[in-house]
Amino acid sequence: MKGRSLAELSAGLRGREFSSVELTRHLLGRVAAAQPTLNALVCITADLALAQAQAADREIAAGRAGPLTGVPIIHKDIFCTDGVQTSCGSRMLAGFIAPYDATVVAKLRSAGMVMLGKANMDEFAMGSSNETSFFGPVRNPWDLARVPGGSSGGSAAAVAARLAPAATATDTGGSIRQPAALCGVTGIKPTYGRVSRYGMIAFASSLDQGGIITVSAEDAAIILGAMAGFDPRDSTSVDRPVPDYRTALDRPVAGLRIGLLKEFFEKGLEPDIERHVRAALEVYRRLGAVVKEVSLPSIGLSVPAYYVVAPAECSSNLARFDGVRFGHRCQDPRDLADLYRRSRGEGFGAEVKRRIITGTYVLSAGYYDAYYLKAQRVRQLIATDFERAFAEVDVIMGPTTPTTAFELGAKTADPVTMYLNDIYTIGANLAGLPAMSIPCGFAAGLPVGLQLIGPHFSEERLLGAAHAYQRETDWHRRVPPGYE
Amino acid sequence: MGSDWETVIGLEIHAQLATRSKIFSGSPTAYGAPPNTQANLVDLGYPGVLPVLNAEAVRMAIKFGLAIGARIATHSVFARKNYFYPDLPKGYQISQYELPIVAHGALEILLDDGARKRVGITRAHLEEDAGKSLHEGLARWTGIDLNRAGTPLLEIVSEPDLRSAREAIAYMKKVHTLVRYLEICDGNMQEGSFRCDANVSVRRRGATQLGTRAEIKNVNSFRFVERAIQYEVARQIELIESGGKVVQETRLYDPDRGETRSMRTKEEANDYRYFPDPDLLPLAVPRSLIEEVGRSLPELPDQKAERLASQYGLTEYDASVLTASRELASYYEEVVRETRGDPKLAANWVMGELAAALNRDGLDIGRSRLPPAGLARLLARIADATISGKIAKEVFEAMWASGRDADAIIAERGLTQITDTSAIERVIEEVLAKNPGQLAEYRSGKDKLFGFFVGQVMKATQGKANPGQVNELLRRKLSS
Repeated sequence: MKGRSLAELSAGLRGREFSSVELTRHLLGRVAAAQPTLNALVCITADLALAQAQAADREIAAGRAGPLTGVPIIHKDIFCTDGVQTSCGSRMLAGFIAPYDATVVAKLRSAGMVMLGKANMDEFAMGSSNETSFFGPVRNPWDLARVPGGSSGGSAAAVAARLAPAATATDTGGSIRQPAALCGVTGIKPTYGRVSRYGMIAFASSLDQGGIITVSAEDAAIILGAMAGFDPRDSTSVDRPVPDYRTALDRPVAGLRIGLLKEFFEKGLEPDIERHVRAALEVYRRLGAVVKEVSLPSIGLSVPAYYVVAPAECSSNLARFDGVRFGHRCQDPRDLADLYRRSRGEGFGAEVKRRIITGTYVLSAGYYDAYYLKAQRVRQLIATDFERAFAEVDVIMGPTTPTTAFELGAKTADPVTMYLNDIYTIGANLAGLPAMSIPCGFAAGLPVGLQLIGPHFSEERLLGAAHAYQRETDWHRRVPPGYE
Repeated sequence: MGSDWETVIGLEIHAQLATRSKIFSGSPTAYGAPPNTQANLVDLGYPGVLPVLNAEAVRMAIKFGLAIGARIATHSVFARKNYFYPDLPKGYQISQYELPIVAHGALEILLDDGARKRVGITRAHLEEDAGKSLHEGLARWTGIDLNRAGTPLLEIVSEPDLRSAREAIAYMKKVHTLVRYLEICDGNMQEGSFRCDANVSVRRRGATQLGTRAEIKNVNSFRFVERAIQYEVARQIELIESGGKVVQETRLYDPDRGETRSMRTKEEANDYRYFPDPDLLPLAVPRSLIEEVGRSLPELPDQKAERLASQYGLTEYDASVLTASRELASYYEEVVRETRGDPKLAANWVMGELAAALNRDGLDIGRSRLPPAGLARLLARIADATISGKIAKEVFEAMWASGRDADAIIAERGLTQITDTSAIERVIEEVLAKNPGQLAEYRSGKDKLFGFFVGQVMKATQGKANPGQVNELLRRKLSS
């Protein structure tokens, strides 16, 4: 069972090489062993997992197993899980037991997946290093002194350390791709609207998108097929058939037009990362793809536009955490104002407060046009830039991050430096595009990510391109020392 | 009130839409359930939940828009109005702000002097209601009931076209009638299904600039709206005349003390930080839906009143009274249909005896003790001279009390009108024989005593003699 991909584990289960209970026990053991060092999970649901595994084994025995039946998974703690703590990495929701399953959780549960626990994350998904979690930072399995990235740091670290073959994640400005890159795993953020947001605690509703972190593109294709689809409970989910992502994997990349994004190579990019990314493009060239340079003139405005839109939406989305109905409530409030002030003051961490204050400011009377409306116009410009580029190329490629994993505490003092970590990933969120990060090498022993961005609903193309690369390379099969 | 002052009023009416479920969730909207039993996770604003727009609420808004001749937006936007309050679960209210679904409509009201006046309706937009705070029986605590949270509302905003409390009430009643005709709101003011905020200002007659306004919040009866406006107008005039200044503020009407009180001033007002709700796509209303809703519109109050006036020869006033509700108009028309008789007589009875009886028993027309066919049979007996109008009132009361048929009551009480000429002549002769003195006086020229003899004849027949015949026969007898 060691070091196997989800596809291989799925085959092993259905071929009765091992049972889901055996697999689940094995992985629960790994989770427990890794927890003190990595802190990748905020909650381990061993009893529930074993019960689900037993049920899955019965399905397998009855010959009713699907590709995901009995396969363990970890859910990012941003997804509501019925009867299980859903904390969103915050003191505000520490101990909050969700009374329902998020659509993604329900879909994967009904596909037979076994939940091992909930993944640690930056508080309310606000962060790029997993250091804002109320439950403490997650450590990068490739170097315990370094961050795993964020906000889906727990999900990425868990998959990298092979604690589970897959972990759900969410991406508002890079929160799937950046930690996937820093931990050397595969992550896909689908097109906005492809995966239901129902039950996924909102950070910035117009940018948030659920996705998956796995070892390989093939594994991602298998799970994405089960996660995606229209949800009548989410008005922003798109009513469009879900393709068979797995069969799309074998599409040849010969003739694929790849756009090398000029602006991503201009400044601030570590030379080692540039070298690996260019080498990856050579692999594609060898496979018959055509690589040409493309430009997105407005992409440089993506970070400032993002840090207006996302905080604005977050300031409103997080207003419901007021100590009245659920979540943290201060002791002995004197009056209503005191209840609000102390419940929110105690419940939220510094980064969340910073964004709520920023968002409240940019939406205020007299500032709305200058900030929020202008940011929305920038967003439109960026979307148009992408549209133009996709008239010429099929996929845009470049680095996922400007640097490899940095040390814990290195960027916590300066939020802007931390925000610049997402400089390459934010564009896809602003334009609602699907994007992936796949491992493409190591710099000083730390993983490097290659980012793939496609037009709306081109997940098949992205997964196919990623899979073609992963057949030629074995970066994604590398396991951090000590976690083999 | 000084006549050199002009009052300017605009109303914001909140009509609760009569959908079965809430505007963004599947919870029922029925009134009066135990606290928090009609609130699901969406209504409670739980983490992770999302709103889904109720298509029926959209249809109802379109219906209203078409009925006031407004423009229906094919593209409108839901925004978030952000503020903290315990009965507002999400910390924001979903409402339409910059782009409402209905804009630029109007209604006509009938003024006291019989003139018609057009009142502009700036906009009507969809939004969700908040919950309620409960204080009774909760010492040191405030309870929150979220049953009402998420109930669909149509906020109907008038232009500042109204010039008096009377006009404001006439307009409010007109809207009330219309939403009930359209069956988009039950109009129940006690339960808060139909409530009103009034923006009131005064200015010197002839001034073109509007005065500073005060907004009177949440008044839930016609009478209170009228009183609140009257109080507020007097307060503002007195304030200005004594050298003060009206401040822009929100005021609350206290029906017990009959006055308005300041709630919060403009400076204390919230900055609502409106922005488009990213959880909801812009609302696209296809032309085909607008046309389909247009075809489903019922006959509207004004159309009905016009038709009743011309079809039955009624006055404009009577027609407007009879069309105050769809139920009343159809009751009336059924009476006319059943009697195949005098529509004016039917109008008088519906607006007179029937309305009085309903009012006395606190019933609305839908719960009348007398069905239209029953009233029609009574009116038929007047028309065929079986009973007089006066006797008919007695029969009506008996029918109302017992639910029995007119004919049965007439037969049982022997109320059939006496139309037999010889029988009436016999009574006349008896009356004249009993009153020789009066007869002599009449004959010597005291004409006024004619009425005395009519009265005596009617009394002798217990009112059953046909009055027309009595008059004619008596005149013939006395002049012979």
